[in-house]
Amino acid sequence: MYGNGYIENDGKPVNSLTVNEDPIKLAAFEARIAAGDKIEPQDWMPAEYKKQLIRMMEQHAHSEIIGALPEGTWITRAPGFRRKLALMAKVQDEIGHGQLLYSAAETLGKSREQMTNDLINGKSKYSNVFNYPAKTWADSAVIAWLIDAGAIVNQLANSKGSYGPYCRALERICAEESFHLKYGHDNVVFLATGTPVQRAMVQDALNRWWEPIMHFFGPSDKESIHTETLMRWKVKMGSNDDMRNMFLDMYVPKIWDLGLTLPDPNLHKNEETGRWEYTEPNWEVFKQVINGNGPCNKERLAVRRKAEENGRWVRKALMKPEEKYVNPLA
Amino acid sequence: MKIVSLDPRVTRSNIDENTQEGVLHEKEHFQTYEVFEQKKRGTHHIHAGSVHAPSADLALVFAKEQYSRRGQCVNLWVVKTADIAATDYDDADIFETTSSKLYREPDAYKVMDRINAFKERQKSN
Repeated sequence: MYGNGYIENDGKPVNSLTVNEDPIKLAAFEARIAAGDKIEPQDWMPAEYKKQLIRMMEQHAHSEIIGALPEGTWITRAPGFRRKLALMAKVQDEIGHGQLLYSAAETLGKSREQMTNDLINGKSKYSNVFNYPAKTWADSAVIAWLIDAGAIVNQLANSKGSYGPYCRALERICAEESFHLKYGHDNVVFLATGTPVQRAMVQDALNRWWEPIMHFFGPSDKESIHTETLMRWKVKMGSNDDMRNMFLDMYVPKIWDLGLTLPDPNLHKNEETGRWEYTEPNWEVFKQVINGNGPCNKERLAVRRKAEENGRWVRKALMKPEEKYVNPLA
Repeated sequence: MKIVSLDPRVTRSNIDENTQEGVLHEKEHFQTYEVFEQKKRGTHHIHAGSVHAPSADLALVFAKEQYSRRGQCVNLWVVKTADIAATDYDDADIFETTSSKLYREPDAYKVMDRINAFKERQKSN
């Protein structure tokens, strides 16, 4: 489950992305991408392409792993055995997706240990939404439906990107996540068509999750840094606002259809432009949450640290120091 | 401060909010194995992805969890990534002449014209 990548350019001017690259190799690389061909790990690639892809796949992997924590909160208290089984399967899927994405990132030479360390030391980012608490069962329903829906919008776009290992991982991930979406929708519908208490519970969850969901796709195009080169290289497949709009178009009608409301009086579709209009979410809050100051950031990372620590004796017992590591091939 | 979570399992774990535990050393997550899955008897094993594991036995366990979570699978192979030899994408031109070697294709052999012409000649004799 992942929103759009948080592209960072370290303050460099946009034109400097390719300034030190061999122009002949760069032209061949760009021609290959323009022709719709995929780049494989062993191919020549611009340093910035590699760097942004590692960052993106890594953030995506972290989001899958950390994303399992708020949902996992409800496994022990899921209402009924069937839902408990389904939620366990979903959470296990998310962890598996993290594994797939870490492997894809490793093909570019960053070790899994380094990625984990960057996560627990707060250096790497992950989706803002997982730093919020899942207060009631309805929260887990809203996460499973709408956060996964947002992630699928983004992941389907990214699966058409240029880097082979990332595309292959995403294809597998999207196939598995279609169950998450249906399962989440089923849970929301059950509550929304239930007793007044159940309806109030799901409405409350929706109210609390709406801003994080709007944040999920990343800062407005007006605020985010220029990404033309990354779009041409098919690293970034759509602008943040386009992704958000696609999500709103697909899911707001479904939410309203259930008689639920969204906490933004300005939210409506402009029939002339075909775009959704809304109150711009508070991007300062987004920045705070993404940089470690959300309601649950500390807990998420501490839990992750503890999990690595708890597994250490097992790994130690199985370790064969003479084994040598090579990057996964594909 | 100990973490008090909505998740009772987290609260019970008694984790310090500022714990510095968990930092990994290189290779703590082991080497990788490449996984090949066979979806149905009689079909080929196809590359599915990789897993980190300390041994082939555990690689098979992880591969089962990771790559056969949906649909059918009847068999898995794992092989150490380090043991795979591969061609170089830069040398892809070694495959280029394949499509020009038409004498290896069934379509390159058209005999009916010759047979028909032969039969015509036989008739006229």
